[in-house]
Amino acid sequence: MTDAIQKPEKKKSSLLLLDARTRTRNAAEKRFKAYGMIAVAFGLLMLSILVFNIVTRGAGAYQQTFIALEVELLAGKLDKKGNRDVDDLKKVSTFGYTPLLSNALEAKVTELGIKTDLKAKKMVGILSKSAAAQVRDYVLNNPNKIGETIGFEFLASSRVDGYLKGRVSRDSIGNDKNISPAQLDLVDALKAEGFLAKRFNMSFITGSDASDARPEAAGMGTSMIGSFFMMLVVLVLALPIGVAASIYLEEFAPKNWITDIIEVNISNLAAVPSIVFGILGLAMFINYMHLPNSAPLVGGLVLTLMTLPTIIISTRASLKAVPPSIRDAALGVGASKMQSVFHHVLPLAAPGILTGTIIGLAQALGETAPLLLIGMVGFIASNPPDSIATGLLSPNSAMPAQVYEWAKRADPAFYERAWGGIIILLVFLVTMNTIAVILRRRFERRW
Amino acid sequence: MSTTSLLVIAILILATLGYFLAGKRAISTAGGDRRKLHSLPVYYGSNAAMFTAIPALGVLLIWLLAQPMLVERNVLSTIPDKFIPEGSSIGLVMSDVRRVADGLEVVVSTGILSQNETLKLDTEQTDIRALLAGVGAAVGSDVQPEVLEAAQNYRAQTKMGQLWMVLIVAPLALFGFALSVLAAKPTFRARNTVERGILALLVLAASLAILTTIGIVFSMLFESINFFKLHPWTDFFFGGLWAPNFRGDSDLSILPLLWGTIYISIIALIVAVPVGLFAAIYLSEYAGPRVRAFAKPLLEILAGIPTIVYGLFALLTVGPALVRVFGRGEEGLLGVEWMSGATAVLTAGLVMGIMLIPFVSSLSDDIINAVPQSLRDGSLGLGATPSETIRQVVLPAALPGIVGAVLLAASRAIGETMIVVLGAGAIAKFSANPLEAMTTITTRIVSQLTGDTDFASPETLVAFALGLTLFVLTLGLNVIALYIVRKYREQYD
Repeated sequence: MTDAIQKPEKKKSSLLLLDARTRTRNAAEKRFKAYGMIAVAFGLLMLSILVFNIVTRGAGAYQQTFIALEVELLAGKLDKKGNRDVDDLKKVSTFGYTPLLSNALEAKVTELGIKTDLKAKKMVGILSKSAAAQVRDYVLNNPNKIGETIGFEFLASSRVDGYLKGRVSRDSIGNDKNISPAQLDLVDALKAEGFLAKRFNMSFITGSDASDARPEAAGMGTSMIGSFFMMLVVLVLALPIGVAASIYLEEFAPKNWITDIIEVNISNLAAVPSIVFGILGLAMFINYMHLPNSAPLVGGLVLTLMTLPTIIISTRASLKAVPPSIRDAALGVGASKMQSVFHHVLPLAAPGILTGTIIGLAQALGETAPLLLIGMVGFIASNPPDSIATGLLSPNSAMPAQVYEWAKRADPAFYERAWGGIIILLVFLVTMNTIAVILRRRFERRW
Repeated sequence: MSTTSLLVIAILILATLGYFLAGKRAISTAGGDRRKLHSLPVYYGSNAAMFTAIPALGVLLIWLLAQPMLVERNVLSTIPDKFIPEGSSIGLVMSDVRRVADGLEVVVSTGILSQNETLKLDTEQTDIRALLAGVGAAVGSDVQPEVLEAAQNYRAQTKMGQLWMVLIVAPLALFGFALSVLAAKPTFRARNTVERGILALLVLAASLAILTTIGIVFSMLFESINFFKLHPWTDFFFGGLWAPNFRGDSDLSILPLLWGTIYISIIALIVAVPVGLFAAIYLSEYAGPRVRAFAKPLLEILAGIPTIVYGLFALLTVGPALVRVFGRGEEGLLGVEWMSGATAVLTAGLVMGIMLIPFVSSLSDDIINAVPQSLRDGSLGLGATPSETIRQVVLPAALPGIVGAVLLAASRAIGETMIVVLGAGAIAKFSANPLEAMTTITTRIVSQLTGDTDFASPETLVAFALGLTLFVLTLGLNVIALYIVRKYREQYD
């Protein structure tokens, strides 16, 4: 029938047998597909390494070593005048409390019959440096307890904590001035008697940052509040402004060069490096307007400018998704253009706008670089703010900036906290993104 | 409570009053018959509220922004040049003046001294520093008579300005209130006016994007000009050394930083582009719907992780791992001593590459999906294998878009901050060794602008010049990338 059959001079071939060229082509096909699989697998592998790293290294921050001691609050040391007046009690600094701690520890050691060559002063080294402040706070709050013996739970020092977590070993402390093998012997003995144990550490989630010497006392709480106030500013400013801008561009703007410039501008702003927004914030809000340095208000303003393009882009997409028939119907029954937009289009686009806003907020929550420039790093806030105004205006940090601060301190105990802080940050981000996904699934309408 | 907040509250109360009054008046002038009104009563009310509040608040805002600048300039001109101490600057003196003036206001408001007593203060008789410290205003050194005089001048002018502000803003609000309430008649087209007002607000919101850009450019431009007044521009652009020295006489050249930035970005792209592109090809051309639904969102998680996490990953995981391979001499895996610290170009580049994988893959995915199916069908129908179709038909058709995606990724890599701050190191040099620490533009911006900054020294101001360069670089890449992507899209739409 066709010519192809009548060509006997070609070498005999079969559909079932592959010739060399087909084999190389098929091999190339398989290789190509394998490259793709390797690429996807590489990406997923990196993700799992990252997540594994965060979880294994950060989990330690949620556990802390505590030491239980009964401290006798000696009236002779704390209240020499004997009048239990708080102002007089305040004159005794934390140094005055250290002897009480060493007495308590020494008493515990003799009571348990632990043999150690350590002097009482050295023994205190296994306690956190915040232990004396803890007793002092208790005494100032309960002056009438002076003279009694009170049971306390003290944080152990970061080296002791690291020893229990396996971060610090007897080999690694050779040159460490903060801990000695004899102190570790004492720790082992106390642990065997059950007075020293690891347990869940709530103050990592609720507490404030601590100075360089006390990694065991540092927590994320205050910076969480800082982040919260920044997100409040971003939400209050970026949502209305972003929605207003999108409504104008999508519904009202005439097609001319001005709106063209605005559109190009917005898409370019979305790709400007975040640090540039930090420079803007420093020059404009702090240097020119004299807003307070390190304040969540300034951080919020900077992040607002940064998230605005994201919110505008997603809001425009959801406005565009509302079919023109809705607008036409509204206009047809006599609504003005403004009424058709605000009464009909906007409510229908609301779920999409909300989703975009949450994703924009999540992005802003994880942003660090601009915050470094406006001074939201460093050991700045030791107490949570007491009102909304101080929350907005008094210096504070933010979650990612706090993590950066800990990462910079070059101490494994702080590294552990940095990873732990990242877990909290990621929990927030995952929650926000999940809410966004649920909102989209539940309310998004297909027209 | 301050004058400003009282004024704002008064304006808001007046606006609320206007809202109800104008609505009522519109109905009563129509003889109680709503049908005779041009617009719904709500619009008459909103019109009144709008005219009362918005002009007044707008003027107030501009006043609040402009007044400090004008007052400061006036006060500055009264401070003699010779008073400015050696090694200090007019800016530092001015901030002292401001602190003293603000402190004195607090002294008056807490009732320690009366207004007249503060005006008669004398540096000879009272220890003003101690007085201010008592109310929580810390002044760095003892207050000089010139500073006190300037501070008193500052206070007087600020008071004057506030008085004028009230005298202008309050009548403006009242005027708007009266005008709009009186205008509430059936013939008045209230809805049209209100809608025009709303439209104006919408336009204002949309132009905020432009204002932000202008703000970015100008804030960096002014300080950059200040920088180039203090430091030769030839050294900045063509010098070869970066060695800031806070005692002055520093070498501040962008070239070593630019080299570090580009080197790290290139490594990042070498990791991200092949992996991202192949992942996109596999997911869009080969993978079944189930694999796609599983792998694509997981890969995109990588894009949602904050950069500080990657920074920590570089500093504490990837860096030490690389040191174990390339460093430590005999104890290392290769037995070589090529790498001494965890921070290196390779560390930052690798981690940045991982961060950019989803960025490249999702952009390329969109572009590959935009290639019409008919092209693939044609190629497959001629007997090409799927990989041949992709290489010879789909990729050439998608190439402009992919180039655009790569450029966008490059701009992202150049502007990335946290990974390089934690992972790249702080040494500015020209070196081709990826195992050495190097520094980038963004890292230097952070280090020059954090901590105590003195805006009169070139060592601080150089950060603005660096920022401007970074902005121009990334903007250029974005514009080119968007242009390529846009031009490509027109072919198939």
